[in-house]
Amino acid sequence: MNVAVRESKTDKATPARLGIVDCDIHPSMKTKNEITKYLSERWRKHYDTYGGHLKQAYTGSMAYPRMAPDTARGDAWPPNGGPPGSDLDFMRKQHLDANNIEYGVLHPLRIGGYDERNMEFSQALSTAINDWQIDAWVGPEPRLRGSIYVPQDYPEAAVKEIGRRASDPRFVQVSCAPQSEAPLGNRRYWPMFEAICAANRPLALHIGGIPGHPPTGTGWPSYYFEHHFSNVPSVLSVVTSMVLEGVFEQFPTLRVLLVETGFAWAPPLCWRLDQHWERMRDEVPHVKRKPSEYVREHFWYSSQPMDEPEHPEHLRDVIDWIGWDRVVFSTDYPHWDFDDPAFAFKCKLTREEREKVFSTNAKALFGLP
Amino acid sequence: MATTRHVVAKVGEIPIGGKKLTSVKGRDIGVFNVHGEFFALLNKCPHAGASLCHGRIVGLAEASEPGQYRLSRKGEMLRCPWHGWEFDIRTGQSWCDPDSVWVRRFEVTVQPGEQLAKGPYVAETFPVSIEDDYLVVEL
Repeated sequence: MNVAVRESKTDKATPARLGIVDCDIHPSMKTKNEITKYLSERWRKHYDTYGGHLKQAYTGSMAYPRMAPDTARGDAWPPNGGPPGSDLDFMRKQHLDANNIEYGVLHPLRIGGYDERNMEFSQALSTAINDWQIDAWVGPEPRLRGSIYVPQDYPEAAVKEIGRRASDPRFVQVSCAPQSEAPLGNRRYWPMFEAICAANRPLALHIGGIPGHPPTGTGWPSYYFEHHFSNVPSVLSVVTSMVLEGVFEQFPTLRVLLVETGFAWAPPLCWRLDQHWERMRDEVPHVKRKPSEYVREHFWYSSQPMDEPEHPEHLRDVIDWIGWDRVVFSTDYPHWDFDDPAFAFKCKLTREEREKVFSTNAKALFGLP
Repeated sequence: MATTRHVVAKVGEIPIGGKKLTSVKGRDIGVFNVHGEFFALLNKCPHAGASLCHGRIVGLAEASEPGQYRLSRKGEMLRCPWHGWEFDIRTGQSWCDPDSVWVRRFEVTVQPGEQLAKGPYVAETFPVSIEDDYLVVEL
């Protein structure tokens, strides 16, 4: 037996048979050519002949090679071959069944159109990845839900794609790159926000991607360690931009789910923004309320990778500030920094808190039964 | 529960640098051959519950400054397949939190088959012949 599949009998520490909503599962393609089935003849030829043009020098590798092959858990390689996350049966056995996942929300990576420089091709890739999610995952597995992938830097195409998918309830959110070409609060993205509100879906921002600019505010990191961490501060800029540009005044029903960004930074960010707002609000008269009020009303946070203070109980203070209705559980399966639902929280949760974080918050956010 | 001794493998079955996953009294255990010595660890990472024994067997990488690294103790460390926590296979001690995080380890001894045949050993899943040497785990 060389495959790590936890039998449910050893699953004692998992919340007593509480069905879990996992807000971050990464499916992948068995081969990079799996996408071609979902491309038109024109784009299939383009893909075969020219490939992708990403915002970095290398198209076939990562600028920051991961410490674990394919960014994956060492035990997540399917026994029948293919990369981690590419085998639905194995995902069922190792994750959906073993961890009692009631719903799992997909975030495909790599080929999605976020980072493609050829705008028309980015549109074709987004449509293809959305078709693929339904065909390969959400259709065959009723526990899974899809993300409407959109090329945020081609907002007209993003609007069109959202409109095309809005009537399909199997897509529970819209997903774009948090590190867009301009800070995400920029006016150029507003048509996309309008379409997201009209579709009555949350916008999910999953960290990562190949944005073409450094993920830090001070240049390119030297190490994968540094790059991995920089996903967190990069999202502080996204939140700040959306609040200060007045996005939430313009779109009062817009809901944003931050995925894999942590959340312990939210209180101190808001304290500082509120302090500056008292002094500099006349520069941004469209920001009518304290920044913290917009953040509390419009942002949700996925749990993984869990913030782990030295005193586990301090996590409670953080969530008390953010709101127990704002944290949704995620595992990041099959990635190496996976959080197991039985071990993710080092502090004690009440039954009510547990139900909210592991299930009902996400159901309310996505409108799941 | 009283401690019992369990025959888990034939000595020659686990080469140097190799491991065998087994189950004793309902517990998943990994048995490792580190340079000819045998050690057994619980197949559960004390950090977040992963199947630890599916991790890579590695050495220790240390650096005095950026770019100046040295590798030592090859084959003596086990790296968890999830978050990369490293454990000393000999002791079960974790490298990043050595004072408080240990993976449970079990005593392993090498016993000749001749002696095992006399008992009292639990070898229900493992046929023992008197010509060979066997690994016995105690728990």
